[in-house]
Amino acid sequence: MNALAQDPVRSVVQSVDWTAIAPPALAALGALAVLVADLFLPERRKPLLGPVTVAVLALAALSLLPLRSGERTTFCLTTDPAVCSYVADPFALAVQFLVLGAALIAALLSMTAVRDEALPRGEYWFLLLASAAGAALLPAARDLATLIVALEVASLPSFALVGLRRADGRSSEAALKFFLSSVTATAVSLMGVSFVYAVTGSLHLDRIAERLRETAPGLEALAATGVALTLVGFAFKTAAVPFHSWVPETYVGAPLPVAAYLSVIGKAVGFSGLILVTVEAFPSYGHVWGPALAVLAALTMTAGNAAALRQRPERPHSAVRLLAWSSVGQAGYLLVPIAAAAYAAEPGRAVGATVAYALMYAAVNLGAFAVAAHVGRSAAANRITDYRGLYAAHPPAALALAFFLLCLAGLPPGIIGLFAKVAVLSTAVDAGLGWLAAVMAVNVVIALYYYLAWTAQIFRAPAQAPAARARVRVAAPLTAAIALTGLLAVGLSGAPQLALRFAADVLL
Amino acid sequence: MIPLNDTAMRLLLAAVVVLPLLGAAAALLPAPPGLRGRNPEQAVLRHGVTVTGAVLAATAVLALGFDHDRPGTVQAETDIAWIPALGVRVHLGTDGVSLPLLVLTALLTFLCALYSYHRPPGGPRPQAFVALVLLLEAGTLATFAVLDLMLFFLAFETVLIPMYFLIARWGGAGRERAAWKFVLYTLLGSVVMLLGLLLVGLGAEGGPTFDMTALAEDGGRGLTHTTQLVAALAIGTGLAVKTPMWPLHSWLPDAHTAAPTVGSVLLAGVLLKMGTYGFVRIVLPVVPDGVHTLAPYLAAFAVTGIVYGSLACLALARPGAGGDLKRLIAYSSVGHMGFVLLGVATLTRTGVNGALFANIAHGLITGLLFFLAGAVKDRTGTTDLDRLALDGAGVHSGGAALYGRAPRLGGLLAFGAVASLGLPGLAGFWGEMLALLGAYHPADGLSRPAYLVFMAVAALGTLLTAAYLLVVVRRVCTGTPSAPGTAPAPGATLPDVRGHEFAAWIPLVVLTVLAGLWPALLLGLTDPAVQNLLPGVSR
Repeated sequence: MNALAQDPVRSVVQSVDWTAIAPPALAALGALAVLVADLFLPERRKPLLGPVTVAVLALAALSLLPLRSGERTTFCLTTDPAVCSYVADPFALAVQFLVLGAALIAALLSMTAVRDEALPRGEYWFLLLASAAGAALLPAARDLATLIVALEVASLPSFALVGLRRADGRSSEAALKFFLSSVTATAVSLMGVSFVYAVTGSLHLDRIAERLRETAPGLEALAATGVALTLVGFAFKTAAVPFHSWVPETYVGAPLPVAAYLSVIGKAVGFSGLILVTVEAFPSYGHVWGPALAVLAALTMTAGNAAALRQRPERPHSAVRLLAWSSVGQAGYLLVPIAAAAYAAEPGRAVGATVAYALMYAAVNLGAFAVAAHVGRSAAANRITDYRGLYAAHPPAALALAFFLLCLAGLPPGIIGLFAKVAVLSTAVDAGLGWLAAVMAVNVVIALYYYLAWTAQIFRAPAQAPAARARVRVAAPLTAAIALTGLLAVGLSGAPQLALRFAADVLL
Repeated sequence: MIPLNDTAMRLLLAAVVVLPLLGAAAALLPAPPGLRGRNPEQAVLRHGVTVTGAVLAATAVLALGFDHDRPGTVQAETDIAWIPALGVRVHLGTDGVSLPLLVLTALLTFLCALYSYHRPPGGPRPQAFVALVLLLEAGTLATFAVLDLMLFFLAFETVLIPMYFLIARWGGAGRERAAWKFVLYTLLGSVVMLLGLLLVGLGAEGGPTFDMTALAEDGGRGLTHTTQLVAALAIGTGLAVKTPMWPLHSWLPDAHTAAPTVGSVLLAGVLLKMGTYGFVRIVLPVVPDGVHTLAPYLAAFAVTGIVYGSLACLALARPGAGGDLKRLIAYSSVGHMGFVLLGVATLTRTGVNGALFANIAHGLITGLLFFLAGAVKDRTGTTDLDRLALDGAGVHSGGAALYGRAPRLGGLLAFGAVASLGLPGLAGFWGEMLALLGAYHPADGLSRPAYLVFMAVAALGTLLTAAYLLVVVRRVCTGTPSAPGTAPAPGATLPDVRGHEFAAWIPLVVLTVLAGLWPALLLGLTDPAVQNLLPGVSR
């Protein structure tokens, strides 16, 4: 304190660790650069914006490398350097890697979609990068204001992305539905934040945690309400029940790569926010959020899987609908370790299983979307029945999709999916949440049914002669996306430790 | 018998698990020049024979290199970390309990590949067929070779997908439904089992571990009685679905009836053994207290299964019932596996040894029976007992007259049937006798009167088994090919057993006789290992 008093400049000006904030900053700068470039580039050069976006995301992901050595903090309070708003700890790095990598693959998927559907290029790439920047900021944020801002930076562009198909009424409707429900959830969250602030007088997560431990007796109800309401906004993003109804309409209405993007990054944003708020800020209110999240997890996975089970394969868009509903089911699994953290001796370890599961899920779900994007180019309705005979037409793509689906189902040869589920289940068993583990087990079986039914379609003989069906070559960016996710999934299956080490480390 | 150093043994065991996996991947690739064969189909079927043959050779060398003086200790052991985050280790090893099952698996798969080479499966691409059979083999061999609970679970699940596709793509009538029933039942069982395994592994004394040998040494110390009970129930349920135990068996008849011959052989011969093996390897040593409480119930379900299976078979064998031969063999499996479970449930060395013996015997005999049923179907186009009997020739012959129309096939079928009913001198006898003997004097603390009742009921089951198998023999094998004095009706003679069929079946016949006449060959291997798994049990 003395040193600060002697140096009045240092008390107002702080040095920023640019390396630490490089990942979200690079994405944000890239977004602005793309937006500006769009204004000046001639129309025929605009296709270049896609590769530029991919390069920016790759660069942002690479900028994580120098951060691996240790925990770095920045934007700390000048009065107390231990309290910071931005922390690049292992948790933040893992989620940032997930987010940027997933955005990169979503960008690869977008290249063909932007061309085929004639989406406005400049806007599309700008929105994608902006949203990715917000999503990359969120896991490193350590105060409620930054968290909410990051959440909104990640969400607002995605509403626009969903509605970007201008000619399509369904797209606009989906965007509006998504927007209205999301804004409501954020508003509720903000109210919760204000309650928490009223009780604790701070927005920094560690300070809140400290002060919530000794809440004044009269304020306990207010604090508990604040805690519960704050979770709402994040639960919405993970598409947890009862905030899940926007998912299928939005996924079907949005351009397919956007649906892929939302299915992974939307969830990453939601669960990392939930983890930060619950484990970092409200650990002493575990008795409030623990059971709530456990029930939420059980309801979410059951609702998602039951709805996915009811999808009729011959309905239009059944493939995307199934992926949408199954992503709700998967969100339920992601919530299990967070709920278990309330009961665990080391909450930071329990939530690692969520990160590990999300890494697996991101790779294989994006892979499945990539193959779906390819099939959608020749069969616009994208029904599950359209996948019949895929093996005869495109053996590598079909094998990749089968592998992704089995990973999602958690059945060998999708070893990584199996062990990610084991990691999640073991946190529940370890925390004594036997009933939740049992519910999840039943859900895994339900999910297997529809994933395997889809897989079986792929290998059935094609309904028409192969010659009658126009053979569409797999576009280069889609090939790259399928190959990348496929290699990742196979690699992780051979060495599950690569993803699962997060389940054993104390991340927070 | 042949001295091999430890490294060689370890590599052999690893090769046994990995070879079929590599073979499965290779089967999907185009054949390299020089191995193209007459056409791609023939080349890939030959590839299947080569790989399964190599695996069989490797297991044979492994069995010869196995130190038969100390079958109770785990040999050819490999133990390397794989997923430290979950405490999962690649822990392979074999002892007297698993070695016979490894050999049985390798043998049956090889025979299936050989059979398919000469009689390609009717259905889509054989490339996929061979790849799936090899994947199935890898999964089953891994189940018997691993000593880590999570790896066991992984291997246990690995067989689901290939078996699903084998039934759904290459099967007979009603295959889709049967395949779904198979996969959903088994999966529902195995996720419950996973919960039990996690409960055991995470609660282990001295920190979480999934190592079977370490957990078996602990013998459930550090787990409360309730935890043990819940874990035993959960793991037992998963294994009981696979075994299958009555009343969780209803997937089995459908799956067997619909599956192609090779699928049925492997399902009955190998896959069902994974369930009973799990009981002996995991449930008995790891949660002894829990299983002690549950044993009488297990025994009760087991004897119910014995009687139920036999009665179902009797009903199917009745004239006019429209019974299917494959379905009948499937139900007989429920009965036979009931004996295995009864042996396990006695918690005695006698009973468990009997169970392991009956396991192997059932694999040999039922494998043979399904091969024969497949051959009957090839020749007559049906396995429906009534239609078979009618086709026989004429209206009043009373049977399909296989003896007359294809004498060798009829003879082999009769041999399989009498072996299955447990004729002394053949493999089927010892396992069931030892299981009954175990029930006569169950482990301390178990209610002896209850077990005596179980024994009596099971003994009644053997009589019923004999009854229905003799009915089957009478209806399929005997009869007159054609009425004397008339011209032979079309189909009066059937092609008899062909060379490749002999090649596939004779090993099973020989081993059935060998195991029947020289049971010590097998019991000498299992008994010391069982002693280790059941510490403190004298009988």
